[in-house]
Amino acid sequence: MGDYIFYFLAFLSIISALMVVFSKNPMYSVLYLVLCFFSIAGHYILLSAEFLAFVHIIVYAGAIMVLFLFVLMLLNLNSKTESFKTPLWKFAAICSGSALMLVILASFKETQNFITPGSPPATTIGTVKNLGTILFNEYILPFEISSVLFISAMVGAVILAKKELD
Amino acid sequence: MEELEQIVRILPIENYLVLSTILFSIGVLGVLMRRNAIIIFMSIELMLNSVNLLLVAFSTYMQNATAQVFVFFIMVVAAAEVAVGLAILVMIFRNTRSTDIESLKKLKW
Repeated sequence: MGDYIFYFLAFLSIISALMVVFSKNPMYSVLYLVLCFFSIAGHYILLSAEFLAFVHIIVYAGAIMVLFLFVLMLLNLNSKTESFKTPLWKFAAICSGSALMLVILASFKETQNFITPGSPPATTIGTVKNLGTILFNEYILPFEISSVLFISAMVGAVILAKKELD
Repeated sequence: MEELEQIVRILPIENYLVLSTILFSIGVLGVLMRRNAIIIFMSIELMLNSVNLLLVAFSTYMQNATAQVFVFFIMVVAAAEVAVGLAILVMIFRNTRSTDIESLKKLKW
């Protein structure tokens, strides 16, 4: 049962990722990326990382993709304004992308059997309670520093996007 | 739910390795193939997500929660990066009236 769910989610995420790259209208790309993110959240639930699954849906599908859609609609981009690379460029891009995939897969092929399935016990590490304990004990300093990162990113975004005052 | 927790017992981790590699390569393909800067941004998000997926898979298979905290921080950095990047894109669009990366070649020799 679980492996069928995995294969379905993997199929869904690969197809929607391909549609992000190949669809002509940027609006469709954003919507397919939302679908891809939801299927990745499904993978997280399948791996019993519930906290990350919900954070992923809230942050990516909720915040980041809304930001993308908003900018896309603000700039009024559609398939008419979209320009494409030449077929030679596309062919070269597909060749190099597949070559990269083959190289990485071949390097993984040599590293088999370093984790055997069946050994781990029932998982409880992905729960909010467990992750919260780790995050606020061991990783409290990076957590606080990331708030500084957020506020500097926010100030930078506002300064960059604001109209010049003449 | 009981069946779902068995996923580490029935699926070897190679499946997640292959899936993450395919998603990462699709992201690279998108960066190489498209001219719209927003689509290139989305491909970068795709690559980040494939790496996140692999980290979560390893975390579950090796019973180590540190990787999930790491994924959490990657999400934080990705959110900040998208906010700044889209602001830069809006500024580029205001100056050149397009988000085509081919219009940004003033530094090209």
